[in-house]
Amino acid sequence: MEKERHVLVIFPHPDDEAFSVSGTVAIHREAGTPVTYLCLTLGEMGRNLGNPPFATRESLPKIRKKELIDAANAIGIEDLRMLGLRDKTIEFEDDEKLTSIFTAAINELNPSLIITFYPGYSVHPDHEATARAVVRAVERIEEKERPKLHCVAFSNNCIQELGQPDIIHDITAVEEKKVAAVTAHRSQTEAMVLDWKEKFENQDADFLEWIRKERLWTYKF
Amino acid sequence: MKPIDRTEVQNAIDSFAGQDVYLHLETTNGAYATHVDEAFFSAGAYIRNAFIQYEHGKIVGDGPYRIGLKLNIGWVYAEGVNHFEVDDQGRLLVAGLDFSGKLAVSMQLSPTPFE
Repeated sequence: MEKERHVLVIFPHPDDEAFSVSGTVAIHREAGTPVTYLCLTLGEMGRNLGNPPFATRESLPKIRKKELIDAANAIGIEDLRMLGLRDKTIEFEDDEKLTSIFTAAINELNPSLIITFYPGYSVHPDHEATARAVVRAVERIEEKERPKLHCVAFSNNCIQELGQPDIIHDITAVEEKKVAAVTAHRSQTEAMVLDWKEKFENQDADFLEWIRKERLWTYKF
Repeated sequence: MKPIDRTEVQNAIDSFAGQDVYLHLETTNGAYATHVDEAFFSAGAYIRNAFIQYEHGKIVGDGPYRIGLKLNIGWVYAEGVNHFEVDDQGRLLVAGLDFSGKLAVSMQLSPTPFE
């Protein structure tokens, strides 16, 4: 993995970072690279309230805020910024306002790499709107000055249309940190991680491939 | 939240009748429903801090339940609710959780605006 000056991660929901790039982030942090994570919402509209429920619609954001902080700590993020927007409303925000938030962060931090979703290939309307605004912000920077833009894609048509990911990070060396980050988002991931221990013990090939290989696409302007 | 006790919920509904209250009403099948099953038609609705006053309200059904509020010039209702809580701020939080515990519908009433 190339040594970066500063990595700026931009996602709308607590846990978006954990599944997609927590290993990548942990590796950058271990190399001493500063990482800033802009997390737009607190996932207020999440549907997982526990079973039996341990959260309500109103207590969920407080729980998810704590989980987000725990996840950031697990992978060594020291600069976590919660932007206070509301889950499932990002696409309805003023596009220019959103873009200017990202432009301001880029100007302040001067990142050499930005990580976000790939617009058109990231399924959730909040992902798409966030990604579009990041692309707009980066596009406004003169081409030779632009930071690299690496994107997470997972729509059903992403491989077909984008081709195979051109960036594959093997994060096996930090996989415990990744598992800790995913697990920290307990209200969203508890059911999912139930059988992970068994899968690790059984060396389940598909599972190990999924957790150890973080796949990204370089954005094509 | 705990499974709905009809009497307790009815009492809470009655206690808000005839006064200004803030309403949160939401239905959702999750943003990934169509991603998981392309034949699924994704739909939902959400209103937060609607300022309403209702003449009376009722919880009906055998569980999951339905709640309807009769406004001076309209209606509010929710279907499929099965859990509730009157929280420490005196708000009535009602939710419909699906078979895996995921929220499918939410209806909440509060004397003060929701955050």
